[in-house]
Amino acid sequence: MRTRSWVAVCVLAGGLAFFLSGTVQAQTIKIGINAELTGDIPKVGEGTKYAAQMWLDDVRAAGGLAVKGKKYPVELILEDNESKAESAVKAATKMITEDGVLVMVGPQASKQAVPAGGIANNYKTPMITPWSTNPDSTKNRPYVFRACFLDPFQGPVLANFITSEFKFKKAAVLYDVASDYPKGLAEFFKKAWEGLHGPGSVVAYESFTTKDTDFSSQLTKIKNSGAQVLFTPQYYNEVALIVQQAHQLGWKNPIVGSDSWGSAETVKLCGKDCYGLFFSTHYAAAGATGATKAFIDRYKAKYGYVPDDVAALTWDAMHLVQKAIQDTGGLTGDLKKDRENVRAAMGRIKKFKGITGEMTFSGGGDPSKCAVIVRISDKGQFEFYKSACP
Amino acid sequence: MAVFLQNLVNALQWGSFYALIALGYSMVYSILMLFNFAHGDIFMVGSYIGVGVSMALIALSAWGNVVLPNWLILVLTILFSMFLTSFVGMIVERVGYRPLRNAPRASAAITGLMIGIILETGNLALLGARRVSFPSLIATATYDLGGVFVTNKKIMIVLVSLLLALALHQFVRRTKWGMAIRAMAFDFSVVPLMGVPLNRMIALTFALGSALAAAAGILFGVAYPVLDPYMGILFGWKAFVAAILGGRGSIMGATLAGFLLGFTEIFVAMIFPSTLRDLIAYSIILLILTVRPHGFFGEPYSARLRL
Repeated sequence: MRTRSWVAVCVLAGGLAFFLSGTVQAQTIKIGINAELTGDIPKVGEGTKYAAQMWLDDVRAAGGLAVKGKKYPVELILEDNESKAESAVKAATKMITEDGVLVMVGPQASKQAVPAGGIANNYKTPMITPWSTNPDSTKNRPYVFRACFLDPFQGPVLANFITSEFKFKKAAVLYDVASDYPKGLAEFFKKAWEGLHGPGSVVAYESFTTKDTDFSSQLTKIKNSGAQVLFTPQYYNEVALIVQQAHQLGWKNPIVGSDSWGSAETVKLCGKDCYGLFFSTHYAAAGATGATKAFIDRYKAKYGYVPDDVAALTWDAMHLVQKAIQDTGGLTGDLKKDRENVRAAMGRIKKFKGITGEMTFSGGGDPSKCAVIVRISDKGQFEFYKSACP
Repeated sequence: MAVFLQNLVNALQWGSFYALIALGYSMVYSILMLFNFAHGDIFMVGSYIGVGVSMALIALSAWGNVVLPNWLILVLTILFSMFLTSFVGMIVERVGYRPLRNAPRASAAITGLMIGIILETGNLALLGARRVSFPSLIATATYDLGGVFVTNKKIMIVLVSLLLALALHQFVRRTKWGMAIRAMAFDFSVVPLMGVPLNRMIALTFALGSALAAAAGILFGVAYPVLDPYMGILFGWKAFVAAILGGRGSIMGATLAGFLLGFTEIFVAMIFPSTLRDLIAYSIILLILTVRPHGFFGEPYSARLRL
């Protein structure tokens, strides 16, 4: 009899504790950070961690995250995905099922983000990847969002930029036919350009194959086609060769590229030939103004180096999450219901002013946002030139 | 017309590289009946040695407070690198080919492939996957000749290549060593009986071919200053085609075929969509070979060789 009552008391106490812990947990907002802290790209994970930490500091300083007049403490659940697809899946499963996160931020690279997005979608947990540009991350997944633009998107953006900046009507394209990224981008640019200037306005559409080093024949064709601008969405090693050879063949018009140009190696290999050229990318540290500059200065003061695009996009992703939670109109305490509400709220975000540009979600998980046009300065630095929208 | 001339200039530069590399293939093949498949990678090694030598020379002239003009640094770089790379060729021969000289041909052929892979991955391990930029020793001067754009580099590349091919031709024709090489190409087994040091002569052949490949590598670096460890593979294959097309062991043939290959690639891209360049260019080469299976200057094996 006595033992039985003890057992009853214990069960009751346990149940109470469990219940209490449940209510306490519902009071805390848990956000999962699925980051590449080790493995091939530890720098990416570091930027993610630092940017998320800075956001958390802000929230803590404000006394918690205010949702409908009520302040909730926030906890970040940081998991390392080792830059591996299977570890990203494991980390996502753990934070969703065991830790009970409301939202997951990351993984960053498409290799991790595509499989982890599948997990988030299956468990009906909203996820936002700051950096993954592969269309598959969000495709047919209502619970997965991203904070960056997609690869193909740069085509129309650059077509618009060249048209409005230079008033050109004839363009040439030179791309690697054996590589997915340049090939896709070349096609999207051509489509957009011909949409603006009519069929046949891409007067030269020339290609080469990976590992080619001599482009003289293609460039001679391009030069004699009457093109006013050359678009080449190539990687840094080819950019150097294409630009130098074009100049040696007497090409004096602008040459424009995409975010694959955005490596410090570009200028190192290309030298003075690349000065004054333009390309599109996510964000530019040099010449940044306003909130972007404030973020860069703060990050630099705290961690000792200029943040890269991963950190900037993570910063924006954290604020998108914050806005989505605040837009839900109050948390119910029921994790399943809250996740659904956050997802719905995120899909409704309009004209969000991020440091990497203004974003609007209209239905899908991909924001329509503006790209940054960078000009390679006369000192060889990547300088913010203007923001360009599709 | 201007377009045609412009492409002619482009093709001359492009063909120069094929010609210089094809010479090395051709020399080795004529005496050993063996293709040194590592030759494309020796071209790569030569280019990297060129980077090292030129940087050392620049550092040395800065340290010694001697102002060397840049053209002199380039000339010295070419000479030193040719010298150093010839040793790479000789080592490849000593390590890879001499132990297998009497082995089945297939074993000797795959030796070249393996040495090629070792050179590529060795470079990768040593310097990493980062691309190396060739120091720009001479500033590019572009001349506009009535719509045809020619640079000082293009002129230099074509002239140096022709000069080296001519020098090799003279060496093989006029010197005693050259005579020994020709004799070995004619009959490999009888020559040692005449007191010709076989091993030394074979090493010399490898050294000559490698030196030319090094020259090609440096000229390549001048024109296309982005180097990577795998740059020699495709080049090696294509130059190999040129060597066959030129005819077995023919210096003139290899040079001409190298330029022909360059012309075919450039002009096919001029006329047809550039996506189809290699498809059409190499179909044409295949057609030529069907008509002349022994190449331009080659003759059936029993006949006299022209080296």
